[in-house]
Amino acid sequence: MRVTIRLFARLRELAGAEELAREAAAGATVGDVWNALAAEFPALAPYGRAVSAAVNDDYAPRRRPIEDGDEVAFLPPVSGGRR
Amino acid sequence: MVIPWFALGYTESMSTPRFVVTSDPLALGPLVEVVARPDGGARRPGAVATFLGLVRDENLGRRVTHLVYEAHAPLAVKAFERIEAEIRVRWPAARLALHHRMGRLEAGEASVAIAAASPHRAEAFAACRYAIERVKQIAPIWKHEFFEGGDEWIEGATADPEDEAARAEAMRKACA
Repeated sequence: MRVTIRLFARLRELAGAEELAREAAAGATVGDVWNALAAEFPALAPYGRAVSAAVNDDYAPRRRPIEDGDEVAFLPPVSGGRR
Repeated sequence: MVIPWFALGYTESMSTPRFVVTSDPLALGPLVEVVARPDGGARRPGAVATFLGLVRDENLGRRVTHLVYEAHAPLAVKAFERIEAEIRVRWPAARLALHHRMGRLEAGEASVAIAAASPHRAEAFAACRYAIERVKQIAPIWKHEFFEGGDEWIEGATADPEDEAARAEAMRKACA
């Protein structure tokens, strides 16, 4: 099945793309999509669990199964505030 | 530039949307106006507290030239709506408006504008402080800092919106 991957901020810069179309196996989860992406772009791998994900504009856990046509966004940690 | 209201897709009135991510300059006036208005039979608020976050010209000892903000806009607007829902659990009569700027901002420009209305001032101040603390924790908005000699994406840690400890920490700051 086909998924659209969207990358933000530093993830976008490291991968050199804001949107990617990729094939995923039936039954693949958000975590599977991330692992394949980190294998394709090793510079992303150090982010590991620090990356949040959203499917079709809602936050989603790594275990969430994806469906054909889903948009999966990967989000680096937010800036936060020091004070 | 004046944009006719019908071009913005408003159906009910010409009022400012309460939760927005925009590349246009921010102003508190419209936010105050929209939260101060009586809302569907609710009581008219007795207080509005506001917060305006500005781009500093210094960070970590570096001279900042400008920032570029990036967001996952639909998710950011949902985060703002969620923050208001959390506020209403604690202060049911409170009402929030929150606009965040995107794109390139120079030092001194406003990056975030918040207005919180409630029947009394204590809750308005607390709700406003809670809102900015939660934006920093959970809103998918990133800051690319450009300073003299380089640039850096500022990355902290994203709190899971469901994380009770993060929510409690924001509430503690709001009510300090």
